[in-house]
Amino acid sequence: MPDVDVVVIGGGATGAGVLRDLAMRGLRAVLVERADFGSGTSGRYHGLLHSGARYVVHDPESARDCARENAVIRRIAPACLELTGGYFVATPDDPLDYAERFVPACAAAGVEVDEVSPAALLDAEPLLNRRIWRAFSVADASLEPWELIDANLASARAHGAEAWRYTRLTRIVTGEDGAVAGVELEAGRTGERRTIACSAVVNAAGAWAGQVAALAGARLGMRPGKGAMLVMNRRLTSAVVNRLAPAGDGDILVPVHTVSILGTTDVEVADPDDVRVTDEEVRALLADGDRLVPGLSGSRVVRAYAGCRPLYDEADVDAAHESREISRAHHVVDHGQRDGIRGLWSIVGGKLTTYRLMAEQTVDAVAGALGVAAACRTADEVLPGSEEGRSYWLGERLAALEAEGGGDADLVCECEIITSGQLQAELDAHPDSTLDDLRRATRLGMGPCQGAFCTCRAAALLSDRQGMGLNGSATPDPNAALLAFLAERVRGTRAIAWGDQLAELWLEAGVYRGTLAVDTIGAAGNGSQDGAPSHAEP
Amino acid sequence: MTFTDAADRHYPAFSTDACIKCNVCNTVCPVARVTDLFPGPKYVGPQAQRFREAPRSADHSVDLCSGCGFCTRACPQGVRIAETNSRARAEMVEERGSSLRNRVIADTDLLIRLGVPFAPLANFALRSRILRWIGERVVGVHRSAALHPFARRTFQAAVARRRVSDDRGPDRTLIYFHGCAVNGFETSLGRDAISVLERNGFSVIVPPQSCCALPMISNGLYPQARAKARRNLTVLGDYARRGYRIVTTSTSCGYTLKAEYAEMLDLDDPDARAVARQTWDICELLGDLHERSKLDTRLAPLDRELPYHPPCQLKAHGIGTPAMDLFALIPGLRAWNSEHDCCGAAGTYGLKRERWQIAQDVGRGLFARLRERPAPDMACDSETCRWQITASTSIPARHPVEYIAESYRRWDAAHIGEVARAEAGTQLGAT
Repeated sequence: MPDVDVVVIGGGATGAGVLRDLAMRGLRAVLVERADFGSGTSGRYHGLLHSGARYVVHDPESARDCARENAVIRRIAPACLELTGGYFVATPDDPLDYAERFVPACAAAGVEVDEVSPAALLDAEPLLNRRIWRAFSVADASLEPWELIDANLASARAHGAEAWRYTRLTRIVTGEDGAVAGVELEAGRTGERRTIACSAVVNAAGAWAGQVAALAGARLGMRPGKGAMLVMNRRLTSAVVNRLAPAGDGDILVPVHTVSILGTTDVEVADPDDVRVTDEEVRALLADGDRLVPGLSGSRVVRAYAGCRPLYDEADVDAAHESREISRAHHVVDHGQRDGIRGLWSIVGGKLTTYRLMAEQTVDAVAGALGVAAACRTADEVLPGSEEGRSYWLGERLAALEAEGGGDADLVCECEIITSGQLQAELDAHPDSTLDDLRRATRLGMGPCQGAFCTCRAAALLSDRQGMGLNGSATPDPNAALLAFLAERVRGTRAIAWGDQLAELWLEAGVYRGTLAVDTIGAAGNGSQDGAPSHAEP
Repeated sequence: MTFTDAADRHYPAFSTDACIKCNVCNTVCPVARVTDLFPGPKYVGPQAQRFREAPRSADHSVDLCSGCGFCTRACPQGVRIAETNSRARAEMVEERGSSLRNRVIADTDLLIRLGVPFAPLANFALRSRILRWIGERVVGVHRSAALHPFARRTFQAAVARRRVSDDRGPDRTLIYFHGCAVNGFETSLGRDAISVLERNGFSVIVPPQSCCALPMISNGLYPQARAKARRNLTVLGDYARRGYRIVTTSTSCGYTLKAEYAEMLDLDDPDARAVARQTWDICELLGDLHERSKLDTRLAPLDRELPYHPPCQLKAHGIGTPAMDLFALIPGLRAWNSEHDCCGAAGTYGLKRERWQIAQDVGRGLFARLRERPAPDMACDSETCRWQITASTSIPARHPVEYIAESYRRWDAAHIGEVARAEAGTQLGAT
């Protein structure tokens, strides 16, 4: 008798969606994630709920999926959305004839588009290029990935599933018949090992799916495509803006909470953990960004980051073509049929927008093999937190703070408006959180100062809780947490360290190295006297 | 909108990009210093700005910003905090509307039109404690707020009868923008200003004019403010483009003409640019004359102490304290600078029932210092500051140029025979 029916590998949107679907169909399931939920590709994308229009011309299958799932997510997860709307706009640098292909392709793929006059567009989005000559509105929206993952996990837990973060898969155990028998796991922070017996494993590790499959001796033709993005200090547009052209580098601008995200490059990489942003990528993004919003390159960039698309080359043959041309469509790979490893499925490719559909198709296969006939209900049942059907809006946090008396509130993160009460609540729920976990849960440190002012306050909070005995056994030491978070925040500013952000870095260096002398943090933290990271060195 | 691209730091809301959260603005804010109701310039400025997207306003505490502008001048990164706040307030007013009280106290032209013809009655009402108490309850103007009595006749009406000097061309003729204080309340300041300018060889033209619109700007009533500003620009722009200088006796009106028509109201046409370029504060102009050895320095002694408070708006001009330089020319006059940031009045801010106490607390240090070193009266370049100081300390307050005028008058009185002899001598020599 196995411990569970299914183990899901990977705590991104897809894995969380698979776990929820499994649990809702009555299967006993557990999800393991090597780091924090949503710390891989799901937490490193541009924040766009696709209308599908981006893909209509060259990948109509993906377009159709996006259009369908867009409507589903609006229904089941409105609380994870800001309904910004979106546009496709033709700048003078875009092909004259693309619209002639775009409009019929949208109709064919079931993607709704409406042509709007450039004058009306510029009235609504005054920072856009005044020379935009054609525009279409589409059903894009801004999607908060961590909320979506959390909601899926909450729903899965409510149906009896479990999800463990900071748990690494070390081996997929197969029986003599070649069928999956269990998994070996290692808790990342305590090093504790355990084995879980199961009937099936779903590999939802996305860009890392090749590495996971290898643990069972199977080979997957993953082609991780790195996409770099820039975080602008403020919103430059209130709706999503896409270039009316075949996909390029800086061709999309997405309002995400307080910022605009400019994306994305596409560079094939060997290692999905290689998400460094290069100078070339930054330059390419800024140059293209200026075509959408003139002056964008001169306004403040607070961070650069990259994620790896979980692209999968089904044919696994034509290695010559570039990764942007590889289909964004997803595939459920049955390793029983393909590699003789029964009970192992990989879900690869796809987009965050289609996470639920990917989960549904995966679980259809798994449930069928396990003899469970229950139908998928994930498209019908609203996710926890979305019951009221309300989406968020930009001013929500400020309005809430003002209602509480504004300046009286104990703000930890000023840029993104996070009170100590909110962090305490998050720590009560997840006592072992690192500051980076708190960031994904609350946006801590994601504003213009990139942690310069909130890191010491948040670390002080961990320290206070330590004194009160509220921290978990896996809670990082507050000093180590401080150093790690600073290092991580500074890392993302290296590629864009000029102008105002450089001034910010110097101020941060003054605060932490000068005033607080963090370099002298010794053995109490994980840092050492001579090995302290030069995290605040611009 | 006046911005040309997303990096246009001239546009206040975009200048907030430069904020590095250093808190310098918070350390100089006179309002945050005295009340927890105002979360400070960093919060309501660059921080809140990232959460704002018209037409839906998320905040209200920005309305406690008095607009003194210290934050903008202190910011090492060049963030135009006060200007951002003003625009945020205007968006809030556009979305949620404005109180009748704010619309009335911001329309000084209207108040003067209503108050001056009935000055005896209106001034009786302003002195009546019971009527002021009712005014506080019904209208929301604090019963102790500084309200200056109305003049019996507007300055415009007075100068219309006394045709002021002829036009002798842009170099020798000045355009006097007297503002509402002189027009409806302190007409003698206007007369003094003209006499001082004429004594220095200028002709002075007083064109028809409206309120500069600053009270409307600071109450977030931008459309109304734009209408006033456009009327002024039509008249003043014509002179300014031809090279005439415009002189003001209020550092508030002066700064509005110099900067805020463009910065706040997005009025950025040739008229607005010419007016901004050609506008001078009267002390700035006299100081400039003196630097070029063209000021008539035949000034009689005024043997006394003179406390002087430089208003916030003067600091925005970035011209130093020309009044102090002029006081130094008057023999015996021992002027001293209050060295205090703000009196609290901030135009109409201190009038409001819910703001009066904050305004008092802001000015408390100034009031204490003025009481410590008693003097018969004191000097200050902005009218609402003068009225606030007088209402809070009982010390009369005058514009700096009034002391210059007084010194000139005394010199004339003392040298009346000399002048006659000199003129007679000139005539003799000529024959």
